[in-house]
Amino acid sequence: MQSDDIIWDVISKNFCSFKTTFNKTKFCRNEYNVTGVCNKVSCPLANSRYATVREENGVSYLYIKTIERAHTPAKLWEKIKLDPNFMKSIEIIDKNMEFWPSHMIHRVKQRYIRITQYLIRMRKIRKQIKRELVPIKSRSEQRDSKREHKAVVAAQLTVNIKKELLDRLKKNTVYGDLYYFPQEVFNDVLNKEGEADENLEHEDIEDEEEEEVEMENEEYDEEEEEEENGDVEYVEGDSDDEYQDEEDELDNYRNQHGFSDEDDDEEQQSDSEEDSDEEDYDPKPNSKKRTPSTSNRKGTGNLNKKPSKPRVNIEYETEPTQTQSLQRN
Amino acid sequence: MSARLLRMKKDVDTDDYSPSEYKLRRSPNDIKCKSKRMELVGKLMAAKKIAREQSRKLRKKERDNLGDQAPPKQVPRTIESMRRADETVVDKDDGEFDEEINNDEFASYFNGKPPKTCITTNQQSGHEAKNLARMFSKIFPNSGYFNRRTYNLKEIIEFCNNREYTDLVVINETKGKVDELIISHLPNGPTATFRLTSLEFPHEIAGSGKITSHTPELIVNNFTTRLGHTIGRMFASLFPQQPEFHGRRVVTLHNQRDFIFFRQHRYAFESLSKANLHELGPRFTLKLLSLQHGTFNTSSGEYIHIHKHDMDVDRKKFVL
Repeated sequence: MQSDDIIWDVISKNFCSFKTTFNKTKFCRNEYNVTGVCNKVSCPLANSRYATVREENGVSYLYIKTIERAHTPAKLWEKIKLDPNFMKSIEIIDKNMEFWPSHMIHRVKQRYIRITQYLIRMRKIRKQIKRELVPIKSRSEQRDSKREHKAVVAAQLTVNIKKELLDRLKKNTVYGDLYYFPQEVFNDVLNKEGEADENLEHEDIEDEEEEEVEMENEEYDEEEEEEENGDVEYVEGDSDDEYQDEEDELDNYRNQHGFSDEDDDEEQQSDSEEDSDEEDYDPKPNSKKRTPSTSNRKGTGNLNKKPSKPRVNIEYETEPTQTQSLQRN
Repeated sequence: MSARLLRMKKDVDTDDYSPSEYKLRRSPNDIKCKSKRMELVGKLMAAKKIAREQSRKLRKKERDNLGDQAPPKQVPRTIESMRRADETVVDKDDGEFDEEINNDEFASYFNGKPPKTCITTNQQSGHEAKNLARMFSKIFPNSGYFNRRTYNLKEIIEFCNNREYTDLVVINETKGKVDELIISHLPNGPTATFRLTSLEFPHEIAGSGKITSHTPELIVNNFTTRLGHTIGRMFASLFPQQPEFHGRRVVTLHNQRDFIFFRQHRYAFESLSKANLHELGPRFTLKLLSLQHGTFNTSSGEYIHIHKHDMDVDRKKFVL
């Protein structure tokens, strides 16, 4: 019934539907072929004793063909499931093909190795994060860009940022004692006094004085005790300033004649002396003295310039800077 | 022939009706000659403008005369004022929301944990993404830019968690243009994905200044809903809580109609009522695409919000 030589004779010399040639080499497309090459040893049709390994949905099976079942092609192949563990399934192959020719066993094992390799590679590729390509819809992009442009106009960014910063400045919780605008405070005090005067037109003079003091207390919560008792005065030309002007002139003169280094030391000494004097007057040793912010911003002030505006020195304590947090609207 | 033409021209010029007469005689749509039609339309528009200005002047006069009893000034209707009512807009005194906020993923930052940010790009990114990433490492204090190489995001997140990073910022570039920004709060999320548009680098902004190394102040404006507050807190947690105020550097994230505008300035106060700004750049616009629980996970992540294209249909509905 089964005659391998006759079948191979037909296949090799005549037509076989599984046979293909590529680069003048013959290949076999039959799924049960162990090697994929078209020759007598590895032809699944022309061998009555044949074994191969196939993979179905990630599981490998050993297929063995026995010639006694050749009359029932549906049951021709014996299908043995192989273990996911490589070594165990090699043992299964050895056990099932115990007395087979060694070249057949070798080919089966080779095919099994190749299958396990590509299964591992498949799993690896499937694990990788892939980039998904999303279509860009030009119309919606256009619409978005138009809306964005309109939103920028509506946002009034610089105005809003300035507003927010000034709010923070006015609250005086964020910046602590970093900024100080004497002219503004001066105007504020004047306004408040003016209001107080209007309100208290019909009342006695003594009451008015008390109220004024109260208003000042509201304005400067942490003011010095001395200033609370006495009236605040803003005087145009301070004697200190005049002294400084003279010193500046002197400095200029000395700089021109090249005495700069020694003078700096002297200046520092005199400054420290001044500071120490002031601290003596201060009832609270921790209170800091504030300088006008304009000089801070410009860094090292120009010595040649004379201070044009009147200086107002007010001393008061501040709390440590509070933490900034996300604003809730 | 020429005399006839001249006469015709003269006829047209002398045909000077008042706007109301024009309206009675003919509508511009009835005229087939385009130039004549346009001429008429122009005249009508000019007349309309004059009428509008006159009525405005009249109203002002009336207001001045009546003083306090004048009718209230008309408020312009904007998209913001006509915004659709939203249940999730947060009230000022919402105890429940406060409690929620105090227990969310960003609470540890607001309790004083300093941020530490890892910045990277997509795989095989070009110059623009890398330049922006380097710029980000200057903008976000205590942050570093890492070359992405071929690592995937989950590996990078593991790397960041091992080194106690609090945030991961990923810049995505397609075809030489930066188009996406992913911000992931570590170790437990959430992760937000933004569309990034209209990016301008400092050298493209006229007169832009140099970024200093001071920790900036932060202005997070206009985030109203719960989702908006989450996004705002996410941005806030990228910056240290105690800015160096003497650096006068301010970073702004302003939300307007679901577009988040990023700007960076240096400011100077001239007085209590005047501040000056100097833009440092870069500037760009973000639009929220998705927000998900946990770290970056597109396969099995749980999404809080995903932007869908039908959300754009209504112009007056906003999510942030």
